[in-house]
Amino acid sequence: MHIDAAAMHRLAALARIALGDGESEQLTLELDAILALVDDIQSVDVEGVEPLAHPIEIAQRLREDVVTEPDQREAFQASAPAVEKGLYLVPRVVE
Amino acid sequence: MSREEIDTVAGAAAALEAGALSSRELVTERLAAIDRDPALNAFITVTAERALAAADAADRRRRDGEATALTGVPIALKDIFCTRDVRTTAGSRILQDWIAPYDATVTERLDAAGAVSLGKTNMDEFAMGSSGENSHFGATLNPWDRTRVPGGSSSGSAAAIAAGLVPGAIGTDTGGSIRQPAAFCGLTGLKPTYGRVSRWGMIAFASSLDQAGPLGHSAEDVALLLDAIAGFDPRDSTSVDRPAERYADACGMAVTPFTVGIPEHLFEALSPALAGVIDEARAVLEGLGVRCVPMRLDHASSGVAAYYVIAPAEASTNLSRFDGVRFGHRCEAPTSIDDLYARTRAEGFGAEVKRRILTGTYALSVGYYEAYYRRAQRVRRLIRDEFLAAFGSVDAILTPTTPTPAFPLGDKTDDPVAMYLQDVFTIPANLAGIPGLSMPAGRVEGLPVGVQLLGTHFAERTLIALAAAFQRETDHHLQRPAGAGS
Repeated sequence: MHIDAAAMHRLAALARIALGDGESEQLTLELDAILALVDDIQSVDVEGVEPLAHPIEIAQRLREDVVTEPDQREAFQASAPAVEKGLYLVPRVVE
Repeated sequence: MSREEIDTVAGAAAALEAGALSSRELVTERLAAIDRDPALNAFITVTAERALAAADAADRRRRDGEATALTGVPIALKDIFCTRDVRTTAGSRILQDWIAPYDATVTERLDAAGAVSLGKTNMDEFAMGSSGENSHFGATLNPWDRTRVPGGSSSGSAAAIAAGLVPGAIGTDTGGSIRQPAAFCGLTGLKPTYGRVSRWGMIAFASSLDQAGPLGHSAEDVALLLDAIAGFDPRDSTSVDRPAERYADACGMAVTPFTVGIPEHLFEALSPALAGVIDEARAVLEGLGVRCVPMRLDHASSGVAAYYVIAPAEASTNLSRFDGVRFGHRCEAPTSIDDLYARTRAEGFGAEVKRRILTGTYALSVGYYEAYYRRAQRVRRLIRDEFLAAFGSVDAILTPTTPTPAFPLGDKTDDPVAMYLQDVFTIPANLAGIPGLSMPAGRVEGLPVGVQLLGTHFAERTLIALAAAFQRETDHHLQRPAGAGS
């Protein structure tokens, strides 16, 4: 599979990473090389093999439906770039 | 008291127990050694005051007769484990000033065991790298040859031990990030079974592959550290609910009943010097009464390809949380929410992290998901099942840890694929979730190289027993680079 400039532009938009022009060209070449490496999996016969998401296949544990986490909003927001009255601030989203 | 006697976890613990020195004396001396060697760049943050306070507390516990195995022993934590009141950066600009509001389970358990953390060690950004060069805080040097890399991503943890700055340290291993730097720095490093050590409070890279584990000089040292950090944690949904075993006890286990498989076909392309190291390791094991048998692993060679789909896919998802809103770096004067996200992430992430996020985004995107991500997961099952079948007839598998000794700084920074191939022997264990241990086994071009022992799920005791027996017969783990600890 080959990545072109348009595909890189789309990926960067999906990943929410702003890329400069030179950076974009360089990454296009590098991703092409990485895809050439990973394309080895295309030659493996996986007919009838189920995908494996986790190496140890264990069922999700259940727990009592009780509150275990205390309210730590202030502690968590202490490291946020911008907060006011307990809310995270971002540029205006709705006009 | 000679340096050599206290530069190991077991040695420091014994000296403290014997009253030969206090934890405060030991910690003070090690902090001074860190200060004398800033060029090594093994630490991102040194926590001297906290360490001295913890050393005093450990000395009090000992006086009160409450000391346990690690009480007062200096250690270091890879800067990926959250520490309350001390910044946790993951080697990234995006988290360079971030202070976690809580301790990771690994941090808590080491504290509870009385170990004294000297600080947070340098690492490849978000644990993505095999050289330690992808850190926002600069590359760490290899104490054996300061023109070479220490390996990565647990670069600072490995370099700090090899340089004699700390007896033991904790790292993480997603594709080889404990074992490869251990090999490059002449150390013993253990990646436990997936789910054996809690991932809670450990910044996520690839959640189905990440596993914390110890680095030290010897099998005994890593076993002592594993005893402190292993075990079920309800806060990690993938932690395995199974009692932790006693790992240090395994050092004395008889190894004569064990059979070790050697898949030589996987490393035919190795240099003759490295092949010789494997042959010597086999001879030592045979001398110990271990039966060594040839074996084949036909799917393991697809590991790198499957890994570089799965790990970036998981990374692209995990790292979406770094958005400039809830924590970490935020760009100046964003004009819109999309501008805020895109410029924050452009500024906050380094080149390798961007490569992996974009690769993962590609592998998960419409039209490619089946051909890449799902297919890689099918290959993953083949690899895991092949290992589990093999462990029906062998107790452990012996391979090289790395294809080469430590390479020069800058050698592979322009070639991501060459860097990725460093992990060809270590990656399969992460895909399969099995434990892997690297131990020093000789020198190539004057540099330490390691061999790797792999075992089935929860066979850490087998690996520790084999490595401890190997280290009773060899002195590779006793070698130190010139100037270490001074």
